[in-house]
Amino acid sequence: MYDNPDGVMIGLEVHVQLNKLKTKVFCGCATDYHNDPPNSHVCPVCLGLPGSMPVINKKAVEAAIKIGLALNCKVEEHTQFYRKNYYYPDLPKGFQITQYDFPISSGGNIMIEGEDGELRVGITRAHMEEDPGRLVHEGTIDKSKYTLIDYNRSGMALIEIVSEPDMRSPKEARRYLDKLRNIVEYLDVFDGNLEGALRVDANVSIMGGQRAEIKNISSHKGAERALLYEIVRQKNVLRRGGVVVQETRHFDEAREITISMRTKEEAHDYRYFPEPDLVPLKISGWAPAIKETLPELPDARRMRFVEQYGITDDHAKALTSELKLAIFYEDVAKRSEPKTAAVWICDVLKGELNYRDLTIDAFKKEHMLSVLELLAKKKITEDGAVDIIRTLLDKGGSPEEIIKEKGLVIVEGDIVETAALEAIKENPVAVADFRAGKEKALNSLVGAVMKKTKGGADARTAREILLKKLGQV
Amino acid sequence: MWASINELKERIHAGSSEEVVAEYLERIGRSKLNAFIFTAGDSALSRTKEIDANDIEGPLAGIPVAIKDNISTKGIQTTCASNILKGYVPPYDAHVIERLKDAGAVIIGKTNMDEFAMGTSTETSFYGATKNPWDMERVPGGSSGGSAAAVAGGEVPISLGSDTGGSVRCPASFCGVVGLKPTYGVISRYGLIAYANSLEQIGPFATSVRDVATLFDVVAGYDPRDSTSVDKEVNYSSYLENNVKGLRIGVPEEYFGEGTDERVEKAVRDSINTLEELGAKSTTVKMPHTKYALAAYYIIAMSEASSNLARFDGMRYGLRTEDSDWHTTFSQVRAAGFGDEVKRRILLGTYALSAGYHDKYYLKALKVRTLIKQDFELAFKDVDVLITPTMPYPAFRLGEKVDDPLSLYLADVDTVPINLAGVPSISVPCGFSDGLPIGMQIIGKHFDEAAILRAAYTFEENTDFHTKRPEGM
Repeated sequence: MYDNPDGVMIGLEVHVQLNKLKTKVFCGCATDYHNDPPNSHVCPVCLGLPGSMPVINKKAVEAAIKIGLALNCKVEEHTQFYRKNYYYPDLPKGFQITQYDFPISSGGNIMIEGEDGELRVGITRAHMEEDPGRLVHEGTIDKSKYTLIDYNRSGMALIEIVSEPDMRSPKEARRYLDKLRNIVEYLDVFDGNLEGALRVDANVSIMGGQRAEIKNISSHKGAERALLYEIVRQKNVLRRGGVVVQETRHFDEAREITISMRTKEEAHDYRYFPEPDLVPLKISGWAPAIKETLPELPDARRMRFVEQYGITDDHAKALTSELKLAIFYEDVAKRSEPKTAAVWICDVLKGELNYRDLTIDAFKKEHMLSVLELLAKKKITEDGAVDIIRTLLDKGGSPEEIIKEKGLVIVEGDIVETAALEAIKENPVAVADFRAGKEKALNSLVGAVMKKTKGGADARTAREILLKKLGQV
Repeated sequence: MWASINELKERIHAGSSEEVVAEYLERIGRSKLNAFIFTAGDSALSRTKEIDANDIEGPLAGIPVAIKDNISTKGIQTTCASNILKGYVPPYDAHVIERLKDAGAVIIGKTNMDEFAMGTSTETSFYGATKNPWDMERVPGGSSGGSAAAVAGGEVPISLGSDTGGSVRCPASFCGVVGLKPTYGVISRYGLIAYANSLEQIGPFATSVRDVATLFDVVAGYDPRDSTSVDKEVNYSSYLENNVKGLRIGVPEEYFGEGTDERVEKAVRDSINTLEELGAKSTTVKMPHTKYALAAYYIIAMSEASSNLARFDGMRYGLRTEDSDWHTTFSQVRAAGFGDEVKRRILLGTYALSAGYHDKYYLKALKVRTLIKQDFELAFKDVDVLITPTMPYPAFRLGEKVDDPLSLYLADVDTVPINLAGVPSISVPCGFSDGLPIGMQIIGKHFDEAAILRAAYTFEENTDFHTKRPEGM
């Protein structure tokens, strides 16, 4: 049992941008703005021009329901939009259209790996809202002489997923975020690699204090660091006999610290009220059909991989932790030996990708299949296979070309034999040492064989042949 | 210059749209009414040339129309009679403007109004008060005072206003013209700069029910950009039948209560008698919640307004004061840009939505709104239309009430319940008091514009109030 000595309670509010939808949430503007100039994907609606009116994007509602169902939430019969009123330069209407009473879905949960085994984290609600614009500063926010506003992001569909305060450590918070991101990626509504795709606000308290809300966290790693810092800060306050007050804090990503923004007394009064330009939506009938279209989710896929391919649970977990990786594995596994494929993809390829900060997109399935086939036919050595994978990632090309270029083909038996005989003849000292009982001397003979075959020989084979020949001579 | 659409069409057919429009422009040019904020002379005349040269057809081909300055017109400044929208030129047309253009109409200019449609007298305009053509010392009513005065003064044959709590019917009544507030959802609000979204509708003005119906036919209809727009195509002109035989008229006594001018009451009761002589039957009906309508209306309207007007911060368009940090700039722009009545309503609305007061004011007002709706539903079980005075008295003097907001708010007592219920209502001239017009309000069931148009048309065909013109125009 994890006894949580400081009584840490963490709840997360995660904003997921539905960036795979074709259009924004309340207008027809295209969402593929990420490589386009600022303010090129805008219209009267997402600029909040006087007289413009929002119209709900049905695909966004469907995606929101999909997410709710995947998080085991109850989808409401009716859903309604509200205005959250506050002033900020990135908010062109002076209010954000969001949800308040009657969110799309509520009361769900997901399972994560906790400090002491499986942990069930409650999902309070998952609701829809619109993204504000993006403020751009020259240099840092406090030194910049001006602020530029890019409204390309304004009106993008967001899903805000609010968790219960069920997490007890920054590590659990990070695992929750990993899991959540994994689930929404499986649903094909979100591409986590795009700028601003996922943003986190974290609520954290420890025993004897009130909670702080940390805003503006843009990565999973950032969330973990912000929480680590904040817990230490709160503990120090209490240790010095101080009081941990309820407040909103800002995470300074560069300095990895949290800074007070406002206390409870200064909290905004958002004056929520129903958005009069959007009529309540009756969605009770939508959920069953959407449920049918729900894809296999990470946990289910993990169990199936273990069962269907006979791989270990650790491998299955690693392989299903990213949708693209799972698809990659499954395609390869179907055309090769699944267990070997799991080992090479999880233990070798994934490591090489991580080292280079690359995703699975950087490696071709066909190349993985070739490498596995060459290994199976003993045409290359394991070291050779690793070399091929590294070269493919660094320089490109094809496995065949690399083998030829580097001479990585396993050399035929008689060539190794000839090389072994030559090595024995040319290294009498080593042979004598070996015969005198110095087993390590064999290594230098193996080295000589490898040198003669330009690394083409399999070291284990070379060793076996050498032993045989030394016995005969 | 008081010509009907049909008369003008004949003139255009015989001559040209250009000469007709030029004549109206010339009349506006020497007018002392201050009905227009902006005359779009150049674009109007070039449009007439196009129409004349290409024989463009349409129900309003070549006919000039004036537009209230809170309706977005592409390329023509749209200010809501506010300093804060100084220089704002919308990059898009409101739905009604698109419809008008398709029908061949010529936008002749933007009419004066109470700032952001907040008023009953057109005195809160940044551009000065509009005068009543029947008495230059009196108000034209509001907030669409410019649109009503322009029609009454013969400066344009037809115009559009907007009606949030009586803003079409009140000036129609004070200026002796016909004005219609349709059922909520019949005319798209896309492009109408919102004052109180859940209450308002765009509405037509003309000197006759027939011309009101013709204009209404052009601008009404489904628009997917307004989620509250109703998908119904109706030919309203086809209901103009000189026949009220069997029409059941309800007379709600609550609308003839304290504060109603005796001569107004007499004119309206005489008019009901006229309709009875023509075959209608009248009964007294009870609408017990009427006395709460005014309070509920102002709370809802101001609450919505406080949010709607948050977007005017000087960042993207309109007035801009000296740049400073964003809080200061927002405050300065809003302090300099809004007039007193607008500020008063923003403050009251903000208060009504605030934490701790929200339930007491806003929620309570919504409950009253439901009761008002029920009053109408019950009344309409037994009658086809309701008839009341439009305003409790004829036009008051300029400056008489402008410094006494409460007494101004009270003037809306007979018009606001209609907006709360969302039902249609038309004001038609039904008498005079000391040379000032009196308006009769005919209210219908949801989407039963047919009944009120028929009653109004029949009344008009059998009386001559609508043919009277102000002297000295």
